[in-house]
Amino acid sequence: MVENNVFDISALNVWYGEKQVLKDINIEIKANCVTALIGPSGCGKSTFLRCLNRMNDFIPEFHLEGKIINNGTDLYAQKIDPIEIRRDIGMVFQKPNPFPKSVYKNITFGLNIFGVKDTEKLDKIVEDSLRKAALWDEVKDDLNRSALSFSGGQQQRLCIARAIAVNPKVILFDEPCSALDPIATGKIEDLITELKKDYTVVIVTHNMQQAARISDFTGFFMLGELAEFDKTKKIFTDPSNKVTEDYITGRFG
Amino acid sequence: MSKGVLSKNKRNSKVFKILSLTAVFIGFIALGIMLVDIFIDGAGRISWDFLSNFPSRRPGRAGILSALVGTLWMMSLTAAFSFPLGLGAGIYLEEYARKNWFTKLVEINISNLAGVPSIIYGLLGLGIFVRVCGFERSLLSGALTLTLLILPIIITTTRESLKAVPKSLREASYALGATQWQTVYSQILPVAMPGILTGTILALSRAIGETAPLIAIGALTYIAFLPHGVFDPFTVLPIQVFNWISRPQHGFAINAAAAIIILLLITLMMNSVAIYLRRKFQRRVKW
Amino acid sequence: MTRKAYHKELRELEKKLLNMGAMAVKAVEGSVEALSNNDIKAAKNIILNDHFINKERFDIEEECLLVIATQQPVATDLRSLAAILSVITDLERIADHAEGIAKICVMNNMKPLVKPLIDIPKMTEKAVNMLQECLTAFVERDIEAAKMICDEDDVVDDLYNQVYKECIMLMIDNPKVIEGATFLLWVAHNLERIADRVTNIAERVAFMVNGKMEELNTSNY
Repeated sequence: MVENNVFDISALNVWYGEKQVLKDINIEIKANCVTALIGPSGCGKSTFLRCLNRMNDFIPEFHLEGKIINNGTDLYAQKIDPIEIRRDIGMVFQKPNPFPKSVYKNITFGLNIFGVKDTEKLDKIVEDSLRKAALWDEVKDDLNRSALSFSGGQQQRLCIARAIAVNPKVILFDEPCSALDPIATGKIEDLITELKKDYTVVIVTHNMQQAARISDFTGFFMLGELAEFDKTKKIFTDPSNKVTEDYITGRFG
Repeated sequence: MSKGVLSKNKRNSKVFKILSLTAVFIGFIALGIMLVDIFIDGAGRISWDFLSNFPSRRPGRAGILSALVGTLWMMSLTAAFSFPLGLGAGIYLEEYARKNWFTKLVEINISNLAGVPSIIYGLLGLGIFVRVCGFERSLLSGALTLTLLILPIIITTTRESLKAVPKSLREASYALGATQWQTVYSQILPVAMPGILTGTILALSRAIGETAPLIAIGALTYIAFLPHGVFDPFTVLPIQVFNWISRPQHGFAINAAAAIIILLLITLMMNSVAIYLRRKFQRRVKW
Repeated sequence: MTRKAYHKELRELEKKLLNMGAMAVKAVEGSVEALSNNDIKAAKNIILNDHFINKERFDIEEECLLVIATQQPVATDLRSLAAILSVITDLERIADHAEGIAKICVMNNMKPLVKPLIDIPKMTEKAVNMLQECLTAFVERDIEAAKMICDEDDVVDDLYNQVYKECIMLMIDNPKVIEGATFLLWVAHNLERIADRVTNIAERVAFMVNGKMEELNTSNY
């Protein structure tokens, strides 16, 4: 495994209108690793995550300075089309959000919009993505059933399969387990650990134990600043920053 | 003491309940009486002849063929004009328009237009379509006027239906690299469509009963032929009813009642379709 | 079955523990053998090797803490980790006793032993046997085996008393052998302590299985 950086972020500052939500963030995100972002509510971790695939573009007052280099490309350069970026950098959201269509159509949508029409190829990708998302065995006989008829955990894995189907390089997870029960959470966590073989994973989580369990690197956000970023082992056994220590030991504030 | 307050509260609540029930019953009874009255008067008059005869000076031989056909023409034309326009405008305003003072102005105007009395639309139609455009007192003028009348309703329902589609669905689509149009067309519209259709049908049911604007543009009240195209003169059911009611002979009053029953049936049918669509919509999508 | 990565980490830890146990066994056996062969080179090797056993102990301890910090173990898993943390301390001490025996061999400096070794090899065999059985009981979570191992400690204690008496007799008979006899006394004492450590490990096995902290050997020594 070659250790190269998928994201090189330097001097990142973000404002919503007058309010600065991210202050001078510098971070390197390694390929084929799980990087977890933790911190109290409103610390800017979700905003940061959504900068990585330009999902913040939809917020009218959003304003960004600094550089986010993704494999040599500056994501916020003038000539960059956010549509192309999102193809390479997939995202899974807090609440499972399958389209109100069949399982099959959920997965093929991302391919259809880029002109893949060959049924044989589509069938293969559907199966591959569902297998990778550890969902194939549960849904293989129900590919034409509405995605909404499945359980929350299954829906979330379907959303992961949907993201995988377009063959991204990075998958961003925005609190993917906060709407799920512990069993479903365990499955998603196992899945994320599996996924890092093929993809780079960045995950925002409220649950720092989750960060501890599944990530290789952890970033701790605090009031819009990156208070600490290190190997997860280090953060959870011997954090360098007093604020990090107070937060993860529950002595916060 | 607290017991006294409690029983007083209970009594007040009971009184209020009775008052509300009374209000409901008054409405129902009034409606019931009217319906029963109309049915007693007109039900016996409905027959194939009544549907297939042209109007006549003799009440016994008069029918509603031209009015019925006119109404169907009018509805089809109005739907054909108002649905694409309303849908397009709604999608633009909700999904594409930048939020600035101009779009705000447009939005305020649209909601205001929904409250303008229908006779004003009639006068507008008379001025623009009949006179300026030279469409005469034709089906086209009538349909365009009714389109103007219900367009604000359709635009508003379209926007509401689009707004009701959860943000998460848009995000899901964008996150896969879909463009705005792909997102709107493939994901948002299918979910919003039943709501939009329901609103459109309800708006059309409003248009079907409109008399004032059509009289204002000069729809004829006596037509003994069927329109062959959109430039032909026309009449519609409400106008026929209006015409018959104003005659002295008792026979025409019976005819009017019968025509009202037919109009009610058409409206009820359209509303049932709307309810069916809404039910289907609710069953299919659960978040 | 979820949390595959975590369960794998637990299994790896147990493997490492077994490995460290094997290192300790080798040290104990080797030290007594060096003594009986008067092999100073082998003894020095054992003294050097103790460093690796200590290092292994720190590695396992660190890994246990990491699993506790990142995986939030509970119930049986938590007790296993607590047991591992305690067992590695015992193993490390056992290896220290082996190092002690090797040091005695070096101090003896090739002089012939004051008497042929009879009971000391028996003690060694018994103690090593106990340790191996105890590690097996740990892996198999076998509480009955653990209890039996504790009873065997009495045998080692008996042998120790015998060596003690013999050495005292030798010293009374001939003051010239006081040094040599004391060396043997120390060796036997080290072996006796090793068996005691093994009973500690057996207690951890019981705790890991039933969650009860109790002394298993209640004899009067």
